[in-house]
Amino acid sequence: MTGDRARPAVETRGISKAFGGVAALDTVDFEVRWSEVHALVGENGAGKTTLCNILAGIYRADAGRVVVDGAERDFRSPAHAIDAGIGMVHQHFRLVEPMTVAENIHLGWPETPGVVSQRTLNERTERFMGEMGLRVDPTAKIWQLSVGEQQRVEILRVLARGARVLILDEPTAVLTAKEAEELFAVVRELAAGGLSVIFITHKLREVLAVSDRLTVLRHGIREITRPTEGATASEIARLMTGEERVLDVEHRVVTGDPALELRGVSTLNDRGIAALRDVDLTVRSGEILGIAGVSGNGQTELAEVICALRGMEAGSITVDGADIASMSVRAVTDSGVGHIPEDRIGMGMVTSAPVKDNAVLHSYWTEQFSQGLTLNRQSVIDFARKLVEAARVQTRSVFATAGQLSGGNQQRLVARREALAADRLLVAAHPTRGLDVNAAQEVRSTILDRRDSGCAVLLISDDLDEVLLMSDRIAVIYEGRIMGVFEAAEADREHIGLLMGGHSITGAVA
Amino acid sequence: MILAIIENAFLSLIGSAIPASAVVMLAATGAMLGERVGVLNLGQEGLIGIGAVYSVIAVLSWGVESPWLAMLIGMMAAAAAGLIFALCVVAFRASQVLVGLALALGGIGLSNQLGVNRNGTPIQTLFREVNPGGVLDDNDAVSAFFFHDPVVYIAYVGLPVVLWFVLFRTRHGMNMKAVGENPAAADAVGVSVTGWRIFYSVLGAALTGAGGAYMVLSFTPTWSPDIARGRGWVALAVVIFAGWRPGWAVAGALLYGSMISLDTTAQARGWGLPFMGASDLSFFLSMLPYVVTLVAILIPAGAVKLGRRVRSTAAPAALAIPYAREER
Repeated sequence: MTGDRARPAVETRGISKAFGGVAALDTVDFEVRWSEVHALVGENGAGKTTLCNILAGIYRADAGRVVVDGAERDFRSPAHAIDAGIGMVHQHFRLVEPMTVAENIHLGWPETPGVVSQRTLNERTERFMGEMGLRVDPTAKIWQLSVGEQQRVEILRVLARGARVLILDEPTAVLTAKEAEELFAVVRELAAGGLSVIFITHKLREVLAVSDRLTVLRHGIREITRPTEGATASEIARLMTGEERVLDVEHRVVTGDPALELRGVSTLNDRGIAALRDVDLTVRSGEILGIAGVSGNGQTELAEVICALRGMEAGSITVDGADIASMSVRAVTDSGVGHIPEDRIGMGMVTSAPVKDNAVLHSYWTEQFSQGLTLNRQSVIDFARKLVEAARVQTRSVFATAGQLSGGNQQRLVARREALAADRLLVAAHPTRGLDVNAAQEVRSTILDRRDSGCAVLLISDDLDEVLLMSDRIAVIYEGRIMGVFEAAEADREHIGLLMGGHSITGAVA
Repeated sequence: MILAIIENAFLSLIGSAIPASAVVMLAATGAMLGERVGVLNLGQEGLIGIGAVYSVIAVLSWGVESPWLAMLIGMMAAAAAGLIFALCVVAFRASQVLVGLALALGGIGLSNQLGVNRNGTPIQTLFREVNPGGVLDDNDAVSAFFFHDPVVYIAYVGLPVVLWFVLFRTRHGMNMKAVGENPAAADAVGVSVTGWRIFYSVLGAALTGAGGAYMVLSFTPTWSPDIARGRGWVALAVVIFAGWRPGWAVAGALLYGSMISLDTTAQARGWGLPFMGASDLSFFLSMLPYVVTLVAILIPAGAVKLGRRVRSTAAPAALAIPYAREER
């Protein structure tokens, strides 16, 4: 398929695509040249992945044309796209876990011999890896590999099929910093060898580090395509977000009554290992207490014990003086505690139920929505409409299922619902994770509104910038212990960073 | 003296268990084919009935004189039922459990209705026993183990070897397993999930139908209502017991087939319990296969609970989960 090197490797003309009545792409023109790394940039929900899924034959466009190396194509399945030389590495890997690396690379590949043994598969894989200069143990099972290695298997698989255009969907989202650097080197090398790489990302540093040209999408519309050279991060950011509203947070020193008190709380994680060790915490009405820490140091369990979702080994938790140890989850909710859970889809909503039902998931039994055994349908619908509007959830109607919403919209819905439910205490676990800049600002404003109206907020986030921005006081958690608590004014970024890494104040490792 | 009696009982058990288990073996292989690509067909019981009744019809009403042809007709009838099932659950993504149960009950009803005028009519068109190589002595022990009709050899040797080879030694088998484990991954590399799932559901149904045909063309050998008598359910249990591996299905089918035969032997010999005044053990014995299945399921589950991964015997990850590409 390598014809004229001067004409584009791939181009789209006027591509449109809608999901559930909401436009994901609106007449998008896009063009990738041979031998270039082309960054496709935009916020969550801007349409980057949708565009590439169309190029890779996963979705079919509602309107518009796809032209590959000068020839118009209509991909009805990924197989067609592969035949045309377009291969995609998805954000969520499409690998068969119980199978080996070699088997995964040879899966669905017409060039795989009809009769195979593990040995021939391994030998073929070795040879191929040698040619491409990428290595993974061919005999390893996928579930034994690190995420970075799994990604390499995906790339190898796409290249094995003779892909000339490689699409990488947010490839660094799951990688460590070192793995990301290695990936950049691989990508540069592949492009130098004549391939085209489409690099989907919303991280500006990566755009500048890896791409030759870039295209910015916003709300399904192409904003610009330009060479990366000469572009600045702030310029790209402006195009991605439109006009950015910067949050101005006033930190306060609150001396009111404690709304939430933890005394000597210890608990176990799902594997039966100590997750919280003797935790003392106080959150006062009208203040935000931020929990800073690296993921997996007990934050999840902390949110769960407070919401009565997890039992305690020792200690006591009181909300407004009432001990929650003897309370059911519903009683805790009824006493004015809202919870934006870490796992929005699993814990926060019922994806197969309509938006309207999800809007009242934690309150359908209250007098506002039900009389005796019956649900007051109209009041549920009215409430849901108001909620959807206030949270700016993009949905066809409140009767669409929650599963049809994009991730960002699901999150806005849950965050707003819980914030409304929280009179006394809001537990917000990673409330802006995975959200684009604007949606994150909205969720943060919602949380600040609750604080200003006298609600206590426990903010858990592994984004230190967010914790520093939002919190009135900051507690650092490490291996289930509170390492220190600071007023926002005296919080020192470097000091907190050391505590998060387990270094105590004297410099010793805890 | 006592030894001789025990030996005698054992040999008669084996002699009847091997052909009795061949039905289970064929149905289990059929069920396994579908499950390997992620389609759980709970309708095995109905498919056995359909396969059996159409073979009976072929022999008694259409004058078919070859047992092979009669079996083929039974297989095609079951395949047709399997195609309807596959269209419902694969193309229209209906619940595999619900449609499967409907097929089980509907298939039993349909076959009983079609068999109504043929109850008890003996069938003369039978598979004949063969003496492999013609070199073996004709004594009790040898005949119990080795003198069987060709279908027995196909079910216990031919099918498992072919299926093992396809699953573990071919490109085709690799793709098959991928469809059952992670259809999105298979789809992403251009394997048609829908096509493969329909094809193997139908082929599997045909094999189960062959099991039904074998019942009436060999060891029953006559039509009677509810002919499968639980063998379809047992076949599903065997697949779990075997951990979706063709070789283990042989062991599973023999084990389960023996339990079924025990139940008949117990009835025939009037074995009873010395307590509770129970003079008939057969109901207890007919329960045994399912108790063993529970244990077979709990052992790997328990091992996982203890922190040990038992991946090789785990069900295909996408079993009974409909696949749709354009969902979000």
